[in-house]
Amino acid sequence: MSTSESEVKVIVERCEALYHDVDLQAVVDWKARTGRAAIGFLPIYVPREIIDAAGMLPVGMRGGGDQIEIIRGDAYFQSYICQIPRSTIELGLTGRLDALDGVLFPSICDVIRNLSGMWQLLFPEKYARYLDVPQNFDSAVGGVFYRRELEGLRDDLEKLGGRPIDADALRASIVRYNANRQALERLMTLRREAPWTAPADESYLVIRAGDLLPVDEHTQLIDDYVAAAQRAHAEGARPMRDRTPVVISGAFCEQPPLPLIRTLERAGCYVVWDDMTLGARWLTADVSTEGDPLLALSEAFLHHSTPTASVYEPGAHKGQPLCDQVRRCGAEGVIFAAPSFCDPALLDQPMLQRALDRAGIPWTAFKYAENLGQFQVIREQAGTFADSIRLWSEQGTEQASEQRSERRHEQGKALESSRGNGERPGATSEQGSDHA
Amino acid sequence: MSGTLKVHVGVDLGSTTTKAVVLDTSGEILGRGITNSRSNYALASEIAREEARVSARFALLDRALAADDLLATDADRFRNRLLTLFRQRQHVTQLGRLREVSLAEAHADRVKHIRDGLLGRLRDIFDALERDANAPSIETMLASEKRSSDFFRDRAGSAFSRLAEASGASCSGAGGSSVCGEGKRTHVTFDDLMGIFDKAIIQVENTPIDLTFEGNIRDALDACTHGLPEALRERFRRAVDTVVGRSIEEVRTVGTGYGRQTLPFDRRDVRSEILCHGLGAHRQFPTTRTVLDIGGQDTKAIQVDGSGIVTSFQMNDRCAAGCGRYLGYIADEMSLGVHELGPLAMKSTRRVKISSTCTVFAGAELRDRLSLGDRREDILAGLHRAIILRAMALLARSGGIEETFTFTGGVANNAAAVKALRQLVQENYGERTLNISPGSIYTGALGAALFAQRGEDDEARPGQEVAA
Amino acid sequence: MSDSSDTEKAVAAHAGSGKDDSMEKQKAMTADHFRALTRAREEGKKVVYTFVPGNLTELMHAFDVLPVYPEINALQSAMRQRSAQFIGEAERSGHSEDVCTYVKCDLGMIKNGNIGPTGEKLPPPDLLLLSYTGCFTFMKWFELLRQEYDCPVVMLHTPYQSEGRVTDNMRQYMVDQLRNEVIPAFERLTGKTYDEDRLRECLRKSARAEDDMVAVLESAKHRPSPIDAYFGGVYYIGPMFTAFRGTDAAVDYYSTLRREIDARVAQGLGPITPEGEMGPERYRLVVEGPPNWTSFREFWRMFAEEGAVVVASSYTKVGGVYDLGFRHDPEHPLETLADYCLGCYTNRSLPQRIDLLEQYMNDYSADGLLINSVKSCNSFSAGQLLILRQIEARTGLAGGFIETDLVDPRYFSAANVKNRIESYLQMIDQKRQQRRQSLGGSGGSPPPPGSTPLFSPGAEGQP
Repeated sequence: MSTSESEVKVIVERCEALYHDVDLQAVVDWKARTGRAAIGFLPIYVPREIIDAAGMLPVGMRGGGDQIEIIRGDAYFQSYICQIPRSTIELGLTGRLDALDGVLFPSICDVIRNLSGMWQLLFPEKYARYLDVPQNFDSAVGGVFYRRELEGLRDDLEKLGGRPIDADALRASIVRYNANRQALERLMTLRREAPWTAPADESYLVIRAGDLLPVDEHTQLIDDYVAAAQRAHAEGARPMRDRTPVVISGAFCEQPPLPLIRTLERAGCYVVWDDMTLGARWLTADVSTEGDPLLALSEAFLHHSTPTASVYEPGAHKGQPLCDQVRRCGAEGVIFAAPSFCDPALLDQPMLQRALDRAGIPWTAFKYAENLGQFQVIREQAGTFADSIRLWSEQGTEQASEQRSERRHEQGKALESSRGNGERPGATSEQGSDHA
Repeated sequence: MSGTLKVHVGVDLGSTTTKAVVLDTSGEILGRGITNSRSNYALASEIAREEARVSARFALLDRALAADDLLATDADRFRNRLLTLFRQRQHVTQLGRLREVSLAEAHADRVKHIRDGLLGRLRDIFDALERDANAPSIETMLASEKRSSDFFRDRAGSAFSRLAEASGASCSGAGGSSVCGEGKRTHVTFDDLMGIFDKAIIQVENTPIDLTFEGNIRDALDACTHGLPEALRERFRRAVDTVVGRSIEEVRTVGTGYGRQTLPFDRRDVRSEILCHGLGAHRQFPTTRTVLDIGGQDTKAIQVDGSGIVTSFQMNDRCAAGCGRYLGYIADEMSLGVHELGPLAMKSTRRVKISSTCTVFAGAELRDRLSLGDRREDILAGLHRAIILRAMALLARSGGIEETFTFTGGVANNAAAVKALRQLVQENYGERTLNISPGSIYTGALGAALFAQRGEDDEARPGQEVAA
Repeated sequence: MSDSSDTEKAVAAHAGSGKDDSMEKQKAMTADHFRALTRAREEGKKVVYTFVPGNLTELMHAFDVLPVYPEINALQSAMRQRSAQFIGEAERSGHSEDVCTYVKCDLGMIKNGNIGPTGEKLPPPDLLLLSYTGCFTFMKWFELLRQEYDCPVVMLHTPYQSEGRVTDNMRQYMVDQLRNEVIPAFERLTGKTYDEDRLRECLRKSARAEDDMVAVLESAKHRPSPIDAYFGGVYYIGPMFTAFRGTDAAVDYYSTLRREIDARVAQGLGPITPEGEMGPERYRLVVEGPPNWTSFREFWRMFAEEGAVVVASSYTKVGGVYDLGFRHDPEHPLETLADYCLGCYTNRSLPQRIDLLEQYMNDYSADGLLINSVKSCNSFSAGQLLILRQIEARTGLAGGFIETDLVDPRYFSAANVKNRIESYLQMIDQKRQQRRQSLGGSGGSPPPPGSTPLFSPGAEGQP
């Protein structure tokens, strides 16, 4: 193993340990070190800058994954409700969230919305706030509302932290998070351009580490990873394989278990963009560091958010952003991976699929739960999907083969050598993509 | 020992079995009966009650024998032998009916082309069955010891199919359906024979047959006392006669269970199975505060107070995940009998985590796990835990697990399920006393009988007087 | 929420008040409305699709446009036993079986020619007024409809009362949206200028009808209750929650209904059910959650046969929680519309909902809370098990839990539901009996029908 490859391994192992840290030991340690508070937040997006400016640690809460058994959490939810609220309550009731001094519930769906009220009742001694976001994107209407909501959050955190949060502190935090977003963009660019260098599971773990790490530390971690991974590739590790570049859509809230992410790439896909870690990458542009920082955060939300199912799509171009995303990152298909019973993702899907059909982009779809334990069906499905796209583009339409040759051109010369070297199972089904 | 014996009866019409319990006035369980529920609920209920009456009569016989100094000395052995012979009489009676109906079925137009062959084969099979029933060989006796079911349908069915298979193999050479045209075929296949059986058994099960104590005991007694001195035989006869002569008055019968709506009872005599399970469990274990019942179709978590009154309950939704039925699917998937699952799972050394208790996905997950190289017993241990996890959620919903906790229903007989339950209760609630009654299948019927006994007291149900 | 079924006829026959009356009026109103919809094109009227919770009916009347409520279409399809087919078609065309069946039923109905409850084709929308109040799915629903129809959408986002109150910021946001988005959209649609006086006039009528409706709902405080505030309640809220608020017809309907109910109170009568007069009142229940529509009548019968009367329900508050005092206020037209939207039941925080249900338990002398948890509606359902526990703990009364769906018959297991309802009611019996025994008394059954009301009808100035 090359030196750089071992460096990557060390970084990824650290991230994986954080991923498995359902007891928030990292947060406990941070609090012991700094003597400051920690504020948890559910997916998808919260303006972490305000928490950071309060001197507190923003902690991303992603449910219990496949790591905990749900007993108490199930007592509160019917069988037709998704998994993340159950595991979140389980974590809370078993004391694993004790390190958190408060929890923010962003507006994502009715279940998480109601969970905010349940939290108020179940943990009355802890701070809990539902964070409404505007579905009106006019600065003079939704913007005014949202800025005031952010003001309310700032006031709450001032009270909780016992110290004022001034504009300079907010601007400094914005600078830190802009840097973090830029580092993330570098990682995403690498995945887009050379996905074999930064595999989906590793990238995912590296981004997820930001759920528990202070922002600067996380930014450094991302850069270290990107640099080490690129060096490792240059040293001959991480060779390119003949896999199908795909985009994953629908996994923005409850997370697929890590083995599922691994399964997709092993089945013959390269995940070149996904919405699993959307919250960290929510804003597509830097937040302004000039003037009123709350206004800057509000404007960024209104005008530079990544479109997703939880936010209203005002134009009549539903699905266009996804098509654009697919083109931008050179993907050849979309895998809809949504949690079972996820209203936003599942209600959105038919509209997105329609847009993809119109654009001639193949897709396939399955559902999961965060504690899923079986991957065989998904492996077969993703493998068949990846194969069919290859087959289709090899025989196929001009447009697709053009795209593909363009992509091959980009990917450089190593394609031939990687043939037959792929890890994907020999799924030979001739079945086309689902939309056909 | 004379006069009328007043009893109260509870009937629990479940989705797979129907149970009846007879209580005497002091509240002691006098008799219990069970039969498979069938399309004819009223009849299933009647058969279970008759079974309970029979067992009540045998309980009376025990009392009569115990009261006789001479007969008391060897009462147990006599009684057990008499019971075996009585069961045999019942079995023979039913077999006779099955033969009649089967032969009639063989005259149907549908099987005209093979009628003669069919009739011959059926006669052979029934001759053999009756021979075995009347003079059981060692093998059949042993088989009946180990048999997994007491129901005539199951016992006759397995014996019939064994004989049909044995003779069928030599004849058609293939157990399956014939490939040649129906019209041309003249030989009788295994499927033909089983087709007749399936049609006949439904008719036999759905027409009343005399299986009463009074109707069958004398023949059984004759056989049982055969060879004894006449004076002693007479003494036994008198003991049995007093029992036969005793009139039993069923003061009130209360029905419960899945099919209670269809029971031929007055609305006032019907109680929810949840209430009955609560009260029944309280009777079995008076300190019980939490009851878990996992039956074929549903799972119930029940909290009761110090008098067995239900204070809250939760049950599964329309999805049968985590119920007994789920184990049935798993067993089918693994080509095992349901009763084999628990013992196999107990052999596990390393439990595999199973996330889905969805019956629809169970098969897929199972195959996935097997293909990954996990051992069957470890997967099964994981499955049992998954089922109990579902139950734990219902228990938590209903208010948790209090000290003294009772587990009832068919799944309570599954050692692996009980093990998983003990473990999860310990992990989540700490030390709790877990009770499982050997008669746990009768818990609901017992509760219903207790409600019957409460009788007039129970009439205080508001508005009842007007409803009548 | 009326329907030309037997149920309606039965409910219509409010005994002692003749058969003219409220239900006939409601029927006529509904028929008129659908007739107007059918003729909308030729008469040059604009059609606006919108949702029940947080609807802007008065504003629509002020602009003279005709509203269509897709939820109502869905529930009526269910009552006509069409929903299974519609849902099936939507699922076959790619909609997940996991999501709201109202949406799928509506989409299936559109695919089948968009035939309304009167058997005539509904006109397509000229505008989709997306009043996003208390239900996330509404947003997706109209994004989906936007793909079916070539028409503009205007969003009215109602922020959630997460802290249990309406803040100035929330109200101002709503008013800003009304002023900057919704009203201009109506002006563009109709070519008319916003006429605030006309809106005030409608709001004035709304408030009058609202007074009468509250009186009707609160009549259930009597013993026996003259109404069933859930199964019967969905008929009483119909005109108020849909196209008729702010009209003379609604004012007339509610005053008539109130007179009828007052008469029933005076005669000591209980509710009318589809099977006729209900027997003696044995149980008084508060119900949380929407009803099931596919087996609405069977569902009701399961209660009525046991003598269970619903005395208060949260479902009859989805289009406004009027009994807490809110009335449309003509003096502050846009603010009052904002407050109305913000106050709808499913826009209230979970602690608020629990407080309200507890209040109902006390004010209506209920024997228990029964939750009908519907698979489709997470806005209602997520958290109901906590609601149940909290109410049990606060009141010491029995809680019950049943699970069904709005319009998907696959999620209505009659045996399961009946089992739970019966068990629940028998549990209440057992508890009562025990209480009686512990009090040492015999015959302590609840007061016989027709005994002392909790408050005298005369107290409200009625004869």
